[in-house]
Amino acid sequence: MQLNEKETASQGLTAWDRVQAARSMTRLVSGDYINTVFDRFLELHGDRLYGDDRAVIGGIAQIGKRYVTVIGEQKGRSTKENKLRNFGMPNPEGYRKALRLMKQAEKFGRPILLFVDTPGAFCGVEAEERGQGEAIARNLFELAGLTVPVLSIIVGEGGSGGALALAVANEVWMLENSVYSILAPEGFAAILWKNGKRAAEAAEVMKLTAGELKELGVIDKVLEEDADCSQKEKMRAEIIDFLERYDKKTGEEIREERYQKFRSM
Amino acid sequence: MLRDKFKRPAAAEAENSSQKEMGNVRETWSEPLPQVPDGMFRKCGSCKKILYEKDVRDSWYSCPKCGAYFRVDPLTRIRMTADVHSFEEWDAGLCGGNPLDFPEYEEKLEQLRAKTGLADAVLTGKAAIRGIPVALGAMSPDFLMGSMGWAVGERLTRMVERAEQEKLPVVLYCCSGGARMQEGIVSLMQMAKVSQALKRYSESGGFYISVLTDPTFGGVTASFAMLGDVILAEPGAMIGFAGARVIRQTIGQKLPDGFQSAEFLQRHGFVDRIVKREKMRATLEFLLRSSGQ
Repeated sequence: MQLNEKETASQGLTAWDRVQAARSMTRLVSGDYINTVFDRFLELHGDRLYGDDRAVIGGIAQIGKRYVTVIGEQKGRSTKENKLRNFGMPNPEGYRKALRLMKQAEKFGRPILLFVDTPGAFCGVEAEERGQGEAIARNLFELAGLTVPVLSIIVGEGGSGGALALAVANEVWMLENSVYSILAPEGFAAILWKNGKRAAEAAEVMKLTAGELKELGVIDKVLEEDADCSQKEKMRAEIIDFLERYDKKTGEEIREERYQKFRSM
Repeated sequence: MLRDKFKRPAAAEAENSSQKEMGNVRETWSEPLPQVPDGMFRKCGSCKKILYEKDVRDSWYSCPKCGAYFRVDPLTRIRMTADVHSFEEWDAGLCGGNPLDFPEYEEKLEQLRAKTGLADAVLTGKAAIRGIPVALGAMSPDFLMGSMGWAVGERLTRMVERAEQEKLPVVLYCCSGGARMQEGIVSLMQMAKVSQALKRYSESGGFYISVLTDPTFGGVTASFAMLGDVILAEPGAMIGFAGARVIRQTIGQKLPDGFQSAEFLQRHGFVDRIVKREKMRATLEFLLRSSGQ
């Protein structure tokens, strides 16, 4: 059976192999999913405060008969595009744009789909001056109050607070070769063992793979990946299923369930 | 156990009454201080001068020569803030586990508990500030740099939830290097847990004052530290998301003078006010009274 072969291949991967798969330049990025999973996507720009962060794309999408707000951290597929996208590392205005679009979604009753793929929030002088910490904190705070369903899918790297700012969701899913962690393994090894070169070893103890995080109860679902990238089709079906499941719930139920999910962590 | 530490030793009482005649510095401390044996010294990390411990203590744990602040443990912080004997600890002894089975982590925690008398890196409870009841929390710079793992996140969440039930304002002294690396992703989840509790608390009309002390970084800055209705900071405290060393390494940028100081944050609009230790109680009282407490 094809599934078994794939499972075997996947089982052979170490945590460090998956870290490298998640970072691979050839891996599909948020925009690839947004453009294929949805029938239409209209991008909206800017945080109305400072600028438009190209490391975050957001807007309104249509999937079947439904309208949803979609926001994703966007890496580039080439050096040139990575420069534009800042390697998927948002500045404060990226998080503030995301928050603006999420509040807009809530106002008009649209569910929110978030695609996470970032090494982390950008570390720089300007990011600090404009309040990187405040921007992330505000997202965590406001996401907790939303009365529309929120689904977050980690498609590549889920790096630290920069990922969490788009992952306080009713359900958090991960592609099987994506990773989600408190810090990059290099940083973890540097802090705890004073040796950044022990990153591969750090990856093994950090519980950053989709399977381990599912077991820990941090995420809700692992989406299989296929060599031919057909996971996009499956993702579409899963998203529609998610939206149907949440159709029946009231705003208060949706909010309360999200609260209880994170309260138990 | 902890409450015993607040009991006034007879000797300290005697010392305290004689102190009153000498000036008002000691009087403005809310709690009597433990006695310091004669001849104890400490070195100022800023001007490198050798100082008498007693002089340091009498000037609110600042350097009498250059004015730089020393970091203080949560018990001292509470003594500096709360009315005499008003502090009652909540969730005493609450400890976390070892979710990553990280080698030697549990042993390290045991050693720190023995050394600091704290269960983990934060102390929370109920207290009064000039007669106003508050939920009060203070983080410990001596307990893995105030880093936030499950125990810190859980204690803070419980404090906020209980403050909501008891209709108390929250005053929280932040002091943390950020996430507790040894607890991995569990540590990250605490940011969401505490922030969502604060969201509920805020919607219920609760008043939250966060006081940023040296240092406040990482996941703590990116969650509850920056969510105060009013955000105060101590002079000279270093506050930021990413550490200066990380920024220098990753982007090779030269950092401006005073980068990430409390004054820098105030200038950029992220801190309401910088408050000296000797003014903190009066400032908190004013803020609490003006917000209907």
